[in-house]
Amino acid sequence: MGQLAELISKYHVALAFWMTIKLTVFGGLGALIIGTLVAIFRVAPINVLRWIGTGYVNIIRNTPLTLIVFFFAFGVLNTLNISLADQQSPTSIADNNFRWGVVALSVYHASFVAEALRSGVNTVPQGQAEAARAIGLSFLPSLTQIILPQAFRGAIAPLGNTLVALTKNTTVVSTIGVAEISYQMKNMIEFSPQLLYAIFLLVAICFVVLTLPVGALFTYLSRRLAVQR
Amino acid sequence: MTAPTTVLFDAPGPKARVRHLIIGIVGLVVLLLILGLVIRGLANPRNNQLTAEKWSPFLQPSTWLDYLLPGLLSTLKAAGLAIVLSLVFGILLGIGRLSKIRVVSMVSGVFVEFFRSVPVLVMMLFAYYFALYVLHLASNQPFFGVVVGLVFYNSSVIAELIRSGVGSLPSGQREAGLAVGLTEGQAMWSILLPQAITAMLPSLISQLVVVLKDTALGYIIGYYDLVRGGQTFSTNFGNLIPTMLVMAAMFIVINYALTRIAQGVEHSLQRRGRAGGQPDESLPGELTQPPVVAQL
Repeated sequence: MGQLAELISKYHVALAFWMTIKLTVFGGLGALIIGTLVAIFRVAPINVLRWIGTGYVNIIRNTPLTLIVFFFAFGVLNTLNISLADQQSPTSIADNNFRWGVVALSVYHASFVAEALRSGVNTVPQGQAEAARAIGLSFLPSLTQIILPQAFRGAIAPLGNTLVALTKNTTVVSTIGVAEISYQMKNMIEFSPQLLYAIFLLVAICFVVLTLPVGALFTYLSRRLAVQR
Repeated sequence: MTAPTTVLFDAPGPKARVRHLIIGIVGLVVLLLILGLVIRGLANPRNNQLTAEKWSPFLQPSTWLDYLLPGLLSTLKAAGLAIVLSLVFGILLGIGRLSKIRVVSMVSGVFVEFFRSVPVLVMMLFAYYFALYVLHLASNQPFFGVVVGLVFYNSSVIAELIRSGVGSLPSGQREAGLAVGLTEGQAMWSILLPQAITAMLPSLISQLVVVLKDTALGYIIGYYDLVRGGQTFSTNFGNLIPTMLVMAAMFIVINYALTRIAQGVEHSLQRRGRAGGQPDESLPGELTQPPVVAQL
């Protein structure tokens, strides 16, 4: 046990855990914003926008996250030299990797958010949309005031699933050197292989601690906020 | 192009049609502008990614025969083995969760819940180091890591699918089995399970997409998959971005085809009136493919 405690402080596990949480929160916010936009595109009355939305979802959802992360880190950042951080600052490399990692997570999970919202839109009865049009609301007002609020409430369960998946997928960002928890797991095991099981359990429990409450909260919310029909 | 399921807008009149046309054109222009900026970025002389020398290697057979196809083959190999093993363990776990014996269902339940909350990558890392330090495998540790990591996670997902599939069957099925003198186990294996698997077939095919995408994580533990092959190849020509685009296209084509097959199977099942229930949405965990809604 003492050895494990030593490892935990030596490899800054608490910091790595915090990094995982930060990636989840920022990635989740980004995915929600992009995903909502894509979902609006997918139900818009304009063909071109619908095609863009459908294309986005089909392309992004069928590409491995590993490839998307690489694309932003090696392609956009290293090859095209597009930086998201102050090049002068001492931590610019770490900042850049973190920020592009968040972008990759947002872009990838946005497609799942969009699908969740679209299934939420499908839970809203036809009569709601008809009533909205009957009182003279055009597409955007009826969407933002009548449909989307109900769609969000109907989409809470799949949105929760997306958030849990996002939490687990933050591990992929370790490939580009963001020091989150699986990155440190690798280092710890290579440093002291005799503690393999303890280290694995520690990391696994970290994720159980992160995902179980989120799952439970969203299950509770989806029951609590579901539109009573 | 079928009509959207919920029509959120009236049939456009002449003014609206003009407006839609204008917005559509603006949208198209913005999209083209973004693409143009990307292409300009790629063509920037400092890191020119658009020249013939960066793209022509894709016309040479050696590129495909030495790097991309072996990579794709090992990706498919790992994914195929993983899905077969996951099916076997998933069915056992799913039946375990439905078992009347309290201990069995408890253990299966804990196992499933635990491995659904642990990221696949963490499982892969563990399995890889397990092969390295505990089993002392002489070779193929990455392959072992990839497959075992995928199997633990996906068998948990399939167990849930089986459970909800059996749960969605009418209760009369089991009772009829018991009535003709089958035991609980026989009724499960010969009546409930075949129907559940048929009903869950679309979701199982969709799970294949998830497995294929997750195989790309094997790159991280040094498995020579498609991504690794592409990266090795791109170091020869400095054409990382073109290679990534080609690899992404390969993944997209395969996965999109699988998704369409899943949808086709679902429609044919619906026509036969044997469509399965969706997996229980209230369970936290993985991204199952969302319910198939009318294609816009």
